[in-house]
Amino acid sequence: METQPHIDSSRIAEVAQGIDRSEIEGREKVFSVRELAVSYNGKVALEDVALDVHRNTVTAFIGPSGCGKSTFIRCFNRMNDLIPGAKVHGSVLYHGEDLYGRNVDPVEIRRRIGMVFQKPNPFPKSIYDNIAFGPRVLGMKGSMDDRVEGALRHAALWDEVKGRLKDNALGLSGGQQQRLCIARALAVEPDVILMDEPASALDPISTTRIEDLMHELKKDYTIVIVTHNMQQAARVADMTAFFSVLVDDEGAARKGILVEYDATTKIFTTPSDKRTEDYVTGRFG
Amino acid sequence: MTSLSHADSSRPSRAWKNALFKAAMLFSMLIAFGTLAILLVDTIVTGWPAIQWSLFTDPPSTLPEEAGARPAILATLYLGVLVLLMSVPVGVFTAIYLEEYADRQRWWNRMIEVNIQNLAAVPSIVYGILGLAFIVRGIGIGRVVFAGALILTLVVLPTVVVASREAIRSVPDSIRQGAFALGATKWQVVWRQVLPAAIPGIATGSILALSRAVGETAPLIMVGAITYVAFDPELFGAYTALPVQIYNWTKQSDQAFQTLAAAGAIILLVIVLSMNAVAIFVRNRYRKRW
Repeated sequence: METQPHIDSSRIAEVAQGIDRSEIEGREKVFSVRELAVSYNGKVALEDVALDVHRNTVTAFIGPSGCGKSTFIRCFNRMNDLIPGAKVHGSVLYHGEDLYGRNVDPVEIRRRIGMVFQKPNPFPKSIYDNIAFGPRVLGMKGSMDDRVEGALRHAALWDEVKGRLKDNALGLSGGQQQRLCIARALAVEPDVILMDEPASALDPISTTRIEDLMHELKKDYTIVIVTHNMQQAARVADMTAFFSVLVDDEGAARKGILVEYDATTKIFTTPSDKRTEDYVTGRFG
Repeated sequence: MTSLSHADSSRPSRAWKNALFKAAMLFSMLIAFGTLAILLVDTIVTGWPAIQWSLFTDPPSTLPEEAGARPAILATLYLGVLVLLMSVPVGVFTAIYLEEYADRQRWWNRMIEVNIQNLAAVPSIVYGILGLAFIVRGIGIGRVVFAGALILTLVVLPTVVVASREAIRSVPDSIRQGAFALGATKWQVVWRQVLPAAIPGIATGSILALSRAVGETAPLIMVGAITYVAFDPELFGAYTALPVQIYNWTKQSDQAFQTLAAAGAIILLVIVLSMNAVAIFVRNRYRKRW
C-alpha cells in the first residue's frame, strides 16, 4: 500500500483518456444533491445546486474564489451546522437518506463522512493519539495499535513515523501533517472522505504525494475534493463540477452557482458552457 | 540629492527625540523597579531578625518575643486551598459555557459577559460587605474560615473566568473542526481537545488569581478574620489570616511588633512569589505552538 513519491506525468493522460461519464454514472450513487442553497444570516452564498456523487470516484469542485465550493463541500458532513447563522435548504441524500432529515444526527454523519481541511490541523498530541482520538471517542473495539498502524499505512505515512509514534504531531512537516490528518480520518473507517483544498498549503512534492494517495484511496473510498488548482483537478478527478460567482445587477450580492458538472475529460477538453471554457483555458479567474 | 553622511535637516531633531524617549522609558522603569526594590529590601532588613522557627510554630501573644503566626499561616493556606477548589471548577465551567456554548446573539449571554467584566473591577471590600450580609449573617454560618473562603472565591472568580476564557479562545478553531469532523460530540470536543489545550493558560490565570486571594485583607476583615486567635483554625471555626495578622501587628505600639509585622510580610511575599513562580513555570513548560 506504500506509495513512493514520484511525479507521474502519465497520470494526466490517464485521466484524460479517462473513464467516461456513463461508466461513472453506472456506479452506485453516494450523494444525490437537489435544489441545494446555503445562506449565511439570510445572505445567499450558494444557490440551486444539483449533482450526484458516485462510489469509488474522485469528484472535484473547481471555481474562482467566493463561488461557494468550500461552502458546498461542508454540506456533505454538516460542518455548516457549526457556523452560527448558516442555513441549508434543499436536500442532500446520502445512500438515499436525507442528511438534513429530522432524525439525523450530525455526529453520526461525520463519523461516516470524514473530512480533511485546507490547513493541516493535527491535534497538539502525539502522532499515535492523533490517530487514536477518533476511534476512542466513537468507542470502537479492537486493537488500537493495529488500527493506528493500518491508518498510517493507508495514508502512506507509516514508514516515516513508525519509530516515533509518541512524538508530538506538530513536529512533522506540513505534508506529513496533512497525511496524518488523512490517516486520522481513515482510522474511523469512513465511507466518504471530503477534502477541502487539501494540498493548497503544501509544497509540490507533498502535493504529489497527496494526489497519489487519492488514486490509491478511491479504490476503497469515495472522495470529494475542493481545489483551486485546475491541474490538480485534471490529475485526480474522474468527475468535475465547475462553480462560478453570479453578481447581481447592482454588483453587490454575489452568490455561487453550479455551472457545469461532467466527466473531468469533458470539462477540460470540450466543456458545454462558455463560462467553463473561459475558466479552464485561463481567460477568467 | 541626499547623501548618507550628510542627512537631511530633520536628522538632528529626530536623533534628539529618540534619546529623549529612551531616557523617559528608562526613568519610568526605574521608578517601578526602584520602588519595589526599596520595599523589598526595607521589609527584609526590618523583618529578618524575627524570622525564626517559633514564628511558624507559636500562636500570637501579647508579648512580642513569644508571638508567632502559626494560626494565621495555617488559615491562609486553608483559605488558598479552599479558594482553589471552589473558584477553578466554577470559573472554568463558566468560561466553557461562555466560549463554547453560549449564543452571543442572545441578550442574556451578552449581559453575563458584561457583568463578569464589571465584577472583576469591583473593589474587594464590596465583596466583604456582601459576604457579611449574605453569608456570615444571611445563611448564618458565622465568622468562620469557610465563609472567608467563599468571599475570596467570589473576589477572584471573575479573574479566573476571564483568564480561562482567554485560554479557551486561544485554542485554534481548526482543532475543534478537526475533532468534530471525526464524529466527536460537542462535549468530547471540549473535554478532550479544547480543555487539555487550554490548561496551561487556565492554570497560569488561576494561580495568579489565587495569589491575589491570599494577599487580600479588606474582605476578610469584613467577614471576621479576628485579631487574636491562639489556636489552629478549623473549617467552621474562628480564624485570622496572615495579611490580617500583619495588619494587626502594625497597629501595636511596641517596636518589636513592627519587626514581627515585617517578618509576616516576608512570609506572605514568599508564599505569593512562589505561587507566581509556579505560574510562570507552568506557562513556559506547557506553552503551545500551533
